[in-house]
Amino acid sequence: MSLLEVEDLAVHFGGVKAVDGVSFSVEPGEVFAIIGPNGAGKSTIFNLISRIYDPTRGAIRFDGQDLTVLKSHDIATLGIARTFQNIELFDHSTVLDNLLMGRHTHRTTNFVQDILFLPRVRREERAHRHKVEEVIEFLELEAYREKMIAGLPYGVRKVVEIGRALALSPRLILLDEPASGLSVEETQDVAFWIEDMRRDMGLTVLMVEHDMSLVTGVCDRVLAVANGKPLAMGTPAEVQAHPDVQAAYLGTGAAA
Amino acid sequence: MELLQLVIGGLANGCIYGLVALGFVLIYKASEGVNFAQGDMMMLGAFVALGFGNADQLGLPFGLAVILAMAVMFCVGWGVERLVVRQIFGQPQFALVILTIALGFVFRFVAGSIWGYTPLVLETPFAGRNLRAGGIVIGLADLVAIGATLGLTGALWLFFSHTRIGLAAQAASQNQMAAYIVGVPVMRINSLIWGLSGAVATVAGVLYATRGAIDPNIGLLGIKAFAAAVIGGMGSLPGALLGGLIIGVVEPIAGRYAPGELAQMSPYIIMLVVLVLRPGGLFSQMQMKKV
Repeated sequence: MSLLEVEDLAVHFGGVKAVDGVSFSVEPGEVFAIIGPNGAGKSTIFNLISRIYDPTRGAIRFDGQDLTVLKSHDIATLGIARTFQNIELFDHSTVLDNLLMGRHTHRTTNFVQDILFLPRVRREERAHRHKVEEVIEFLELEAYREKMIAGLPYGVRKVVEIGRALALSPRLILLDEPASGLSVEETQDVAFWIEDMRRDMGLTVLMVEHDMSLVTGVCDRVLAVANGKPLAMGTPAEVQAHPDVQAAYLGTGAAA
Repeated sequence: MELLQLVIGGLANGCIYGLVALGFVLIYKASEGVNFAQGDMMMLGAFVALGFGNADQLGLPFGLAVILAMAVMFCVGWGVERLVVRQIFGQPQFALVILTIALGFVFRFVAGSIWGYTPLVLETPFAGRNLRAGGIVIGLADLVAIGATLGLTGALWLFFSHTRIGLAAQAASQNQMAAYIVGVPVMRINSLIWGLSGAVATVAGVLYATRGAIDPNIGLLGIKAFAAAVIGGMGSLPGALLGGLIIGVVEPIAGRYAPGELAQMSPYIIMLVVLVLRPGGLFSQMQMKKV
């Protein structure tokens, strides 16, 4: 069974059809990319999966569970983590605290136990810190552990956001333009990490990306969208060669 | 000696300002707007405690009356967020300002129609009792105010820095979107914060009532507490408390050594000076945005 199934998804803001009839499914262990020109509705699809927007019609199912009946804060509990195009971190906290916040849904101790700092709380805290240290080591964030987010360079904040998503121990990770604004070298790192997430962590990856070198390098399948509508789906090479995709990117003249 | 006595009285007053300011900051961080009914929540809390505790009313023991009043005001704050504030979610900040000013009127009306507009005195075990030490006289009520404020801020600190739910509240105040995607129910947390600020306002109200009579208009003290919150930096809990203490101490000293009008104006003069020298407040969390 597919891990994520999106069926005839649509959201209309007034007369604007931001997403209009998009369907795709992501298999367990797959790296799947959504590409398309600016304003094509790629991030909107992410926001629909995250339950930030309500779909006008269509279905989203994760592991058979209908997401559209859930609240935005329930999504993390199911095992879906994400990053944002414009980086949403806790800016007045340290890298470590941001990653620890990613463990929120895995914390099971209650208010009274927390206040009394019972052995159970200490044991759980140690396990969470252990997990977070694994993520720090994986993404090589050791040098920034105690640094405030607000003072960090763009590229590092981008990695911290991936780190927080990994700290959730998710089954599906949504990456919204993980390579945008990064140098060629940093993009290379992202490609390696995505490979490792799939291979070593058994994660399924769904990403929105503009950088075609990253997409062709790591993705199994690609969905191209334009003006909220699906254009083509297939391997990166198939989608890139599709006449409609070339037309959407380069203008209709190129396809002729 | 006289100065020391003024300072202790001022600190006790400052604790009350500080607790109301704390309520301003809590809600400012949760709902990104100012709750101008904070002073009136303090007033209502004091009356509810009086309703539970005074002999001619329900006549419960003082401690129990205060705890029950805190619980009632927690529900009032929680309900205001759940039923009223949430309806204007996404509207401009100004909507919350107008809404809470209106709520303040409602609270005053409710208190006035239940308990009337003539000043009433809350019966406490320590009213009018003084301690004498080395030539100075300290009101027991002053010491209780200082002690209760220390205890309450300690409990709040423990809550926000050491509990799962308190940490979630901090996360939500820094970035709601990020809080949602790590699984924090931001709306539920906001209701909780409004409830908490109702309970804190009640403690402030009871402390106020131990130092004098109360009527439905004592909520106007909220304006001074707002100045305290601004002095502290509006987003900072320790800042709010410090702002309250500064105003509380300066007021009686200005009243003793300067012309009477100046004492009345002193909180606002301090606020203006702080805003000119440090526009973000003493504990500023603001940073220059990089463009």
